[in-house]
Amino acid sequence: MRRLYLLLGLLLAVLLLLPLVLDKYLLGIFVMIFYYAYLGQSWNVLTGYTGHISLGHALYVGIGAYVSTFLAQKFGLTPWLGMLAGGALAAVVALGLGYLGFRFGLRGVYFVILTISCAEIARLVVSHIDAVGSFSGIFLDFHPGFANFQFRGNVHYYYISLGFMVLGSLAVHLLARSRTGRLMVAIREDEQAALALGVDSFKYSMIAIAISAFMTSLAGTFYANYVFYLSPNSMFGMALSIDLILRPIIGGLGTVLGPIIGSFVLTPLSEVSRTYFAQSGLEGLHLVLYGVLAILVVLFMRQGILVYLARALRPWLKLEE
Amino acid sequence: MSLALAFQLLIQGILLGGIYGLTAVGLSLIFGVMGVINFAHGQMMVMGMYISYWLLVLLGLDPYLSLPLAAGAIFVLGYVMQSTVVNRILDFPEAMQVLPLVAMGLILENLALLFWGPDPRSPSTALGLATFTLGSATVDVSRLIAFGLAIAFTVFLVLFLKKSATGKRIRAAADNRLGAQLVGIKVDRVNNIAFGLGAATTGAAGALLLPLMPVSPYLGHDFTTTAFVVVILGGMGNLLGALVGGLILGVTESLATLALPATLKQVVSFGLLVLIMLYKPQGLFGGRR
Repeated sequence: MRRLYLLLGLLLAVLLLLPLVLDKYLLGIFVMIFYYAYLGQSWNVLTGYTGHISLGHALYVGIGAYVSTFLAQKFGLTPWLGMLAGGALAAVVALGLGYLGFRFGLRGVYFVILTISCAEIARLVVSHIDAVGSFSGIFLDFHPGFANFQFRGNVHYYYISLGFMVLGSLAVHLLARSRTGRLMVAIREDEQAALALGVDSFKYSMIAIAISAFMTSLAGTFYANYVFYLSPNSMFGMALSIDLILRPIIGGLGTVLGPIIGSFVLTPLSEVSRTYFAQSGLEGLHLVLYGVLAILVVLFMRQGILVYLARALRPWLKLEE
Repeated sequence: MSLALAFQLLIQGILLGGIYGLTAVGLSLIFGVMGVINFAHGQMMVMGMYISYWLLVLLGLDPYLSLPLAAGAIFVLGYVMQSTVVNRILDFPEAMQVLPLVAMGLILENLALLFWGPDPRSPSTALGLATFTLGSATVDVSRLIAFGLAIAFTVFLVLFLKKSATGKRIRAAADNRLGAQLVGIKVDRVNNIAFGLGAATTGAAGALLLPLMPVSPYLGHDFTTTAFVVVILGGMGNLLGALVGGLILGVTESLATLALPATLKQVVSFGLLVLIMLYKPQGLFGGRR
């Protein structure tokens, strides 16, 4: 185990030094790697650890992005605080959704459909609110500065997104080792058995969805201030909900390192292939490949890449079985 | 608001509801037999639209004539999907069942984007603009034909499942997979046919929709979610329930435009979906859960 932590520390040190050598484009790819790893990690809390499948997590990204941007534009509130406001609202919305889902016993595909519906309702409603730009969305003005969460170049974004990924993963790691986290896993493994042993499944499911939504929405604020443009379709749409679950599934569901490894594999692939295919007039081809890859992983590597990686590195890292 | 307008919307809703019903019947059949939700359902419908679009533009075939070809092509697509992917994931945990089908939708959507580009296309068909009046309301001929055929197909499918040998095998496999295997039914192949049939109905619904609305690659999500709503309204796995659910949803959405902007009508259907799931999860007419 100690060697694993050593390896991770070493990798982190390398990542911390990378901006010294990389140009803006490559840094941008790393920003996206960290961003999606963090998103996957947030989703992992609800689906990977607690076993409730959400296919509407774009809802929380959208809330985070819109709330912080709205507060910044209307009241000049710094996105650093707006981020927390967005997180709080996302958690409240998630608790409402969770209450309906968990109290009424919607499980499996029914819960999936509930999450899709809520995200779609939010997308349609936001598309009709003029105060946040309705269909056409919001363009953010560029005022570089720490308080505005806006920076020239990609170096700052690199470190911020790296921080998100590392702290988010650390939080999930600590959660997974806590009593709460272990009860969540019990619910995932066999909810009836957990109930029979006296686990308050409703309570811990609610905790999981609130944490997951809060974490997810912070990424929304980051993204808004990174791309400077929000639209209901890109922030609340189902495409994002699908996008953000692929990495943890490919890396390994219900593990801390899974979303990170999944993102390191998938994000560069998707970023590079998207630019490449778009240049050659084959827009959309990268998503076709993406879909094929997702199917192949589910069919042939059900537990994700992490398991195979761990098996290969086990003798060297002295991991226990 | 006049009564005449409401009557017009009512008729439009019923006619559109028939097509909703047809596509939902396919989704319901797939769920009833395999227990999986076909998240690529709407994208398959879009493929059906594009295939009949191609046949119209390249060969001059009217969508009503090319309908069997579109349905046949989507049947093959569904058959292949089931035999290569879905049969392997039936015993997987649910998160792992959802992803491949969602991915399949992603693949189909972007293949459509690659082949036909992002712009909506609305071909003109022979009957596209023909109308007649019924009392105070105007009725599109193509909507009426689509409605009639949708109902006919649904009834045909139900009869096929009830009476034919293959239909009985499908129902047996749906009822008890192990039992069906024990009496010598090749469950995998029966599953392939069932998925193919479910896909074919949505492909046919796509061909019927072509004269009614412009086709674009991104329509799929909306169709899929509409089909979800209808299926949950009617009860998962209940085919006639899906048809009636389609009519209810068509009318509800249509009448909702009296009070809401047309682009918000889906909020009504999603709201309805959530309420039904919470208070009547077995659907209005009962189903498998």
